[in-house]
Amino acid sequence: MKIQISNGRVIDPANGIDRNADVFIADGVIVGVGKMPAGFEANGSLDATGCIVCPGLVDLSARLREPGYEYRATLESEMAAAAAGGVTSLACPPDTDPPLDEPGLVEMLKHRARLPEFAHVYPVGALTEKLAGVNLTEMAELAEAGCVAFGQANTAIVDTQVLLRAMQYAATFGFPVWMQAQDPFLAKLGVAHDGEVATRLGLGGIPVAAETIALATILQLARETGARIHLTRISSAVGLEMIVAARRSGISATCDVAVHHLHLSEHDIGYFDPHARLDPPLRSQSDREALRRGLADGSINAVCSDHTPVDDDAKQVPFDEAEPGATGLELLLPLTLKWASEIKLPLVHALARVTCDPARILGVEAGTLTVGAAADVCIFDPQAAYPVNRATLKSQGKNTPFLGLELQGRVRGTLIDGHLAYDGSWT
Amino acid sequence: MRNPQLNSQGKLQHLLTTEGLPRDIILAILDAAAPFAEVAEREVKKLPLLRGKSIFNLFFENSTRTRTTFEIAAKRLSADVINLNINTSSAAKGETLLDTIDNLSAMQADMFVVRHASSGAPYLIAGHLAATGREHIHVVNAGDGRHAHPTQGLLDMYTIRHYKRDFTALTVAIVGDVLHSRVARSQIHALATLGVAEIRVIAPRTLLPTDVERLGVHVFHNIDEGLQGVDVVMMLRLQNERMQGALLPSPQEYFKSYGLTPERLARAKPDAIVMHPGPMNRGVEIDSAVADGSHAVILPQVTFGIAVRMAVMSMLAGGS
Repeated sequence: MKIQISNGRVIDPANGIDRNADVFIADGVIVGVGKMPAGFEANGSLDATGCIVCPGLVDLSARLREPGYEYRATLESEMAAAAAGGVTSLACPPDTDPPLDEPGLVEMLKHRARLPEFAHVYPVGALTEKLAGVNLTEMAELAEAGCVAFGQANTAIVDTQVLLRAMQYAATFGFPVWMQAQDPFLAKLGVAHDGEVATRLGLGGIPVAAETIALATILQLARETGARIHLTRISSAVGLEMIVAARRSGISATCDVAVHHLHLSEHDIGYFDPHARLDPPLRSQSDREALRRGLADGSINAVCSDHTPVDDDAKQVPFDEAEPGATGLELLLPLTLKWASEIKLPLVHALARVTCDPARILGVEAGTLTVGAAADVCIFDPQAAYPVNRATLKSQGKNTPFLGLELQGRVRGTLIDGHLAYDGSWT
Repeated sequence: MRNPQLNSQGKLQHLLTTEGLPRDIILAILDAAAPFAEVAEREVKKLPLLRGKSIFNLFFENSTRTRTTFEIAAKRLSADVINLNINTSSAAKGETLLDTIDNLSAMQADMFVVRHASSGAPYLIAGHLAATGREHIHVVNAGDGRHAHPTQGLLDMYTIRHYKRDFTALTVAIVGDVLHSRVARSQIHALATLGVAEIRVIAPRTLLPTDVERLGVHVFHNIDEGLQGVDVVMMLRLQNERMQGALLPSPQEYFKSYGLTPERLARAKPDAIVMHPGPMNRGVEIDSAVADGSHAVILPQVTFGIAVRMAVMSMLAGGS
């Protein structure tokens, strides 16, 4: 199969490309950008007039809810959401039921995800059995089964001795360790940022110190162990400063932010909107500004969807009883575009944060249109409106604080290994 | 986003909080309560304003006192009152909050008086009623988590107005566990809207929420300084479970540092009034000599509470 994507504006951040060009694909691989390879005869073509052609998005956190939470979402529903969102590679956190702590579970997930229209799945294995923070998992076996990193999803390892050992063990094999920095004691009973809004609404607060204290612990142990640390879902300005300072002192640490935190703050809880219950919590406006700047200047390495489909029953309850999380796979691109346009960041830089930069953190070859790379491509119309509502969302989770809003940027086509996984040209 | 407690004409649809409640509406409630307070003096205390209306007291959290005052208020207005004490733990196992609401709505409820341990639960109910086309059912928040207890806040305003008339010259001190208190939040918003000169909160740091100053209050950690020259002292209840552990070392130490004694009260204005939402912990937050003394208006608060609740209920469901 040979495909020509014609008349589009190609943005390939990995190669610093932003120009009008055709993209040529043969047998699932990029074979040319701008220049038709000799002897190329397309037997399929996609007209990308008015569209941007960029690498398929790489999402560092998307919950597919399998195994264990199929009533919330299935692989089929969430893979359809990924393709509709232009996401062609995704990492899934280990907080399934049971957690991804055994090679068999990982193999099953990889096997289930093998369909050609499904995004490439990169499981993050559990760092400890049952995510309980007591016994290490068989990381080498899990890596063989397909895990690209090890983490605890949103749970902490309370025992610092175990955390030290887990990082040492992972470092032995060079496995990256992905940690969410949140002190479980300071976050206990908290459901919102400990600030003005939680005070007014009488909600339990999670102070910024919950993030910074956990960060300090993780960063110090990273220094001790030499483990490659990736900090997931940074939420505060002070937390980000600590990571930047740690890097300057030679600690190897990358970090990401959830796309919601670029646009929302504690004030978006409004009148107790359970959709704004997120983990980590939406913080103050100054925190949000720091995250927006940090992502632009590269101190935050990537933005992810933190996709967490939650069923209506778990959201239509009082705020403090609501399950945290928001659906995000289909919002990652439009919300990244919104951020870029608001801070006037050229798209070639902005799109790096959802393509080649997260691919580097994952340690996989993805997120680029380099000749020879897999033909994972996202074609989107940056001007087209994208109304966010229950009908447009393909994800089984309709839970998003952006419900009812109209965003800009609509995916027209998604290719995975050269296979048209999503065709949104007529919708 | 429209304030969910007002309808599209700006009239009171539900009573969910005193925050953002227009001054005119607060004053209208206080004005309406005055004749109801007189009814209480009569031999026949019933008025026919809510005859034929069904009011459900929906208490997901235990409370005898508040439920009783709502019940008396509704009965004096001739409403049919149905009391439901719903243990939260059994609710967690079975029916969801909104299922309960749907079922009771099907029984032709006109009003829900809701107490719930979760902040914001009455908003969820009000939002659900609006989303399902049942705006004719009113919701009164009888206390939600730490968030609000608006009828308590309003009865406190009624009490202050009864004794002090003009709000604008007053300095008011709120003493105690502001962190966990929905009463304090409702008082602060109402006092601010009514334009008191100064609102003070007096408490140790462990009992104050983060950024409490943003609510428009002056913070005092020293009760002697905080009570200096105040017109109104509003005590808060210190719940038993807060009296030891990481918030406070012991009730004795709390009384020593923050208990309202006659000596401390002497720093307030000579005609200061002392209020308490009850139930009191004598010897913990308040000395019996103060609780039973001439400055205390704690029992009148209870009486006024019925009148204010009658005013709220009749304003919501009593027609024009």
